[in-house]
Amino acid sequence: MAANDHAEVVLLDLWASPFGQRVRIALEEKGVEYEYMEQDMINKSTLLIESNPVYKKIPVLIHHGKPVCESLVIVQYIDEVWSHKAPLLPGEPFARAQARFWADFIDKKIYECTTRLWKCKGEALEEAKKDFMEIVKTLEVELGDKTFFNGDTFGFVDVALVPFFGRFNAYEKIANFNIEKECPKIVAWGRRCMHRDSVSKILPDDQKIYEFLLMLRKYLGVE
Amino acid sequence: MASDDVKLIGAWASPYVMRPRIALNLKGVEYEFLEEKFGSKSELLLKSNPVYKKIPVLLHGGKPICESLIIVQYIDEAWSGHSILPSDPYHRAVARFWGHYIDDKWFPALTGISRAPTDEAKKEAIEQVFAGLKFLEEVLEKSGAGKPFFGGDTIGYIDIALGSHLGWLRATEKLSGLTYLDESKTPLLVCWAEKFSAHEAVKCAMPETDKLVEFAQMLKAKFSAYIDALSPSITLFSSLNYICSL
Repeated sequence: MAANDHAEVVLLDLWASPFGQRVRIALEEKGVEYEYMEQDMINKSTLLIESNPVYKKIPVLIHHGKPVCESLVIVQYIDEVWSHKAPLLPGEPFARAQARFWADFIDKKIYECTTRLWKCKGEALEEAKKDFMEIVKTLEVELGDKTFFNGDTFGFVDVALVPFFGRFNAYEKIANFNIEKECPKIVAWGRRCMHRDSVSKILPDDQKIYEFLLMLRKYLGVE
Repeated sequence: MASDDVKLIGAWASPYVMRPRIALNLKGVEYEFLEEKFGSKSELLLKSNPVYKKIPVLLHGGKPICESLIIVQYIDEAWSGHSILPSDPYHRAVARFWGHYIDDKWFPALTGISRAPTDEAKKEAIEQVFAGLKFLEEVLEKSGAGKPFFGGDTIGYIDIALGSHLGWLRATEKLSGLTYLDESKTPLLVCWAEKFSAHEAVKCAMPETDKLVEFAQMLKAKFSAYIDALSPSITLFSSLNYICSL
């Protein structure tokens, strides 16, 4: 399937992907119209393979026919191209470096650990829960009493993290633990983010995500 | 003035530390290099990078910036002069993508060769390294358009991200007998490697291949009980793993 020739901005994505959600939230924040193309990750499309030959993964943003890959690279690209509205990265170099550092920390730590939360059982699950709480507590210290990670405005680090907040309920149900009890500030932050149109529009229903992760568990033979 | 005070915490053998050194040199920024003592982490490092406790850390006016490619971007934005990242958003995205690829896939494949549990896995890791170099050869061809560097006429972000690994790549080739930068496979990269290494901003920061080989042998002697069974090339990769954990 070829991308619509008339669409200036095309997004190759998967509804449930937290990485894809980052990109969609950024596009919503900027008010950018785009054509969404849901991908089949088992029978990958020619367009996906040609647009991302290195990883063959989503999300891929195709702008004027040119592909941009890797979610945080895409979000920075969106921020720089549509710079007139809702800046996601701060203006000052040190603050920008801090934002990049924490988004990178989230990339390095959160995905791998949260995958273990829904994939593992027994001792491995207990370890995953311990690791997860440590990571979230580190983020909570960084957030402090700020409204968002950068201060008063919703930005790059919030975009990087919030799709994972969207899965907290599902993780709690599957792994049987309570995140808010140990990290109330992060949960409060997540709820503040959910009040933003961009976030509430893009993040799927808790129940849908829970069922999706259960389906993946079954598919991978975890039960 | 405090805001002009620039320090870099690092170690001579670390490819990641080389990156901000090259960037600072390109910008003509004077800085104090604080070499970490082998085998221990200083109070300053632990205080400046509490999350990872790793080098490099740039201290600008006392404020710490961590993670090598994030530091490079910071240097590019904080000081004017030589542009490290391209000005066009699309080309910036391409540069960031390849920087990420080098750190996320290519370099782990390189160091993964020593950790491969089977011959099959080792073969796969080696193939991944060559496949990565092939991708990068194509990038150089496309973005270079006959120019010497990924950044065109001058050193840019991808040059720094990849070039910082040349020292250890050469040291590995010397000891293992396996040629990674092969003229018959990636001729542009071979040419690029020479030009990059000879650049004013790189020469003083690039560790000598023989010194890296010596360092790896020293590490092997120190931890000989642990790595006795490993072949020379594997020893080097283990050393590299060790360096990158600093």
